[in-house]
Amino acid sequence: MRDVLLGGGPLGTHEGPYFGDFGGRFVPEALIAALDELETEYRKALADPAFSDELGRLHRTYTGRPSPLTEVPRFARHVGDGVRVFLKREDLNHTGSHKINNVLGQALLVKRMGKRRVIAETGAGQHGVATATAAALLDLECTVYMGEEDTQRQALNVARMELLGATVVPVTIGSRTLKDAINEALRDWVANVESTHYLLGTVTGPHPFPEMVRDFHKVIGDEARAQLFDETGRLPDAVAACVGGGSNAMGIFNAFLDDPDVRLFGFEAGGAGIASGRHAARFSGGAPGVLHGAHSYLLQDEDGQTLPSHSVSAGLDYPSVGPEHAWLHDTGRAEYRPVTDDEAMEAFRLLCRTEGIIPAIESAHALAGVMRLGDEARAWATDGREPLILVNLSGRGDKDVATAAAWFGLIEPEPVVKADEGEQL
Amino acid sequence: MTDVRSVTGARIDELARGPEARAALIGYLPVGFPSVPGSVQAVRTMVDAGVDVVELGMPYTDPVMDGPVIQAAANRALANGTRVRDSLRVVEEIAATGTPVLVMTYWNLVLRYGVDAYARDLAAAGGAGLITPDLVPDEAAQWIAAADAHGLDRVFLVAPSSTPERLASTVAASRGFVYAASTMGVTGERATVGERAEQLVADTRAAGAARVCVGVGVSLPEQAAEVATYADGVIVGSALVRALLDAPDEAAGLDRLAEVVHGLAEGVRSVRRPR
Repeated sequence: MRDVLLGGGPLGTHEGPYFGDFGGRFVPEALIAALDELETEYRKALADPAFSDELGRLHRTYTGRPSPLTEVPRFARHVGDGVRVFLKREDLNHTGSHKINNVLGQALLVKRMGKRRVIAETGAGQHGVATATAAALLDLECTVYMGEEDTQRQALNVARMELLGATVVPVTIGSRTLKDAINEALRDWVANVESTHYLLGTVTGPHPFPEMVRDFHKVIGDEARAQLFDETGRLPDAVAACVGGGSNAMGIFNAFLDDPDVRLFGFEAGGAGIASGRHAARFSGGAPGVLHGAHSYLLQDEDGQTLPSHSVSAGLDYPSVGPEHAWLHDTGRAEYRPVTDDEAMEAFRLLCRTEGIIPAIESAHALAGVMRLGDEARAWATDGREPLILVNLSGRGDKDVATAAAWFGLIEPEPVVKADEGEQL
Repeated sequence: MTDVRSVTGARIDELARGPEARAALIGYLPVGFPSVPGSVQAVRTMVDAGVDVVELGMPYTDPVMDGPVIQAAANRALANGTRVRDSLRVVEEIAATGTPVLVMTYWNLVLRYGVDAYARDLAAAGGAGLITPDLVPDEAAQWIAAADAHGLDRVFLVAPSSTPERLASTVAASRGFVYAASTMGVTGERATVGERAEQLVADTRAAGAARVCVGVGVSLPEQAAEVATYADGVIVGSALVRALLDAPDEAAGLDRLAEVVHGLAEGVRSVRRPR
């Protein structure tokens, strides 16, 4: 497999528009000029030391990078005897998640392109909060589209965005979640592309978004790799992350893509279980197709209509996935497994109790996936070494406290719960 | 490019060169709204009232090029259980009347069906070709090959933001006509047709297009007449869908649809093409 993969050059610096059969630009012609401009400006920025200096300065002085690496031994005992688990603490970034890395990069590009307005989509609200933050910082007008259902389960983040000066538009059509927020953002962009940049929040969408967003998140893996090496003198046996659109996973995977001995695990939302049909597991329950500008794995019916997705986590509740993940899946370089709502919430509870860290429910999916590795992880131990697992803790759980408290029966569920579907939020 | 006779192109040329010397009126309606048989009736009504070429929309869950009116109708069609294969049945019924029928579809539906299989079945049903709002020629190698193999039109879109290079490549990949989106935006009725539409048509012709039709934002007879002075065809969608959407019952909807099409047809016929 390694030879096949490396035949096309290093994986870590692979450029779009295609990742194997995936990626591309399946968008109205009206957007092509803007995508071309974005790609040109992005490549110029990458070659401009002033751009990386400015982004690096913001990372240090505004975001709080480098984010720490924390070993979690009490949690690791629940993974397996002798297994060591390290968390990359993106939850400690300003605004509470990895999302700020990409947003600051794109916001600086917006300034270079001379545009004055940004639009964004958000599911859990983390990308919306990060975008509203960067817009305030760099004096940009900001509109955030959010599915109505998500505005209800993430009311606190809606308030944050509004406090930061953004206009939050609840999307009332379709499934009223992230997918529909992206549709609305794309419609806005088609109409206002000359003045507006679509600050897309994950490694999907038309080229150059998957490649560009990945590059802005590379800092996660680069830092973690160096930090883990300082701490243990070696590379991890496995790197794990949750996968909705896939930006935090791509950010941490990237630094290890060309290390074939490092296993890469992406954990997607298994919701109520694959058999139930109520999930967001594109690799376990989907097939290749086109949505939102990219060819990738997709939850779709036999006609190609997008199927509704479900997850306890608003941030993983998306029917497609970044095209680079689809490529890594098909080549076998990364392995993708579903984690149910129940498993994720159990891991959520466990990290709170064992390590004093309240994770985002998204990140809890990665923790749950790692807990299930168990015997597999022990089998990696060679030469008497302890298996070493690096997990991206992509966000903190402040936004999810109401959801989790209701889940564990600490408070009455919010009246916004979709009682008709018996959904437990 | 393979030598394929364009059914749509022939109809547009016939109108331009005929005694009326006019632009074509191209009407859009979605399959399955208000029901599959209801949509056949609606398309027939539209043709009887003066539409020259039919654009039959396939309802899709994520139509990023469509405004709220068409989206509402598409959602109803999907909720009624409309399937992709229904589009082929409707095409067959309409094509049998002699009116060219193009299918307007978002790409994933064709991809899922199988690009060559859909082209084959569309051709067998008598369809003229596809209009693909989210498929640009750069991504269309499979469709271009299938369209050539099955003798179908491929209508790609150009927009006010298209560069001269992209106009040229889009024109080269298109067959039947080139669809000029009058404005930067999604489908829907607007007070005025985009002021850049006329220039876009001229630029697209300069890039080599034999026929350029204008859509997005055309809904009134006066607008149809204005566009008919410089374009080969006038494409109307939302105004027709609204006639059905706003009606208290199906019969009233068909009456209103006929009335709207009559007005638009008069608008198109009020202008002689200077060619």
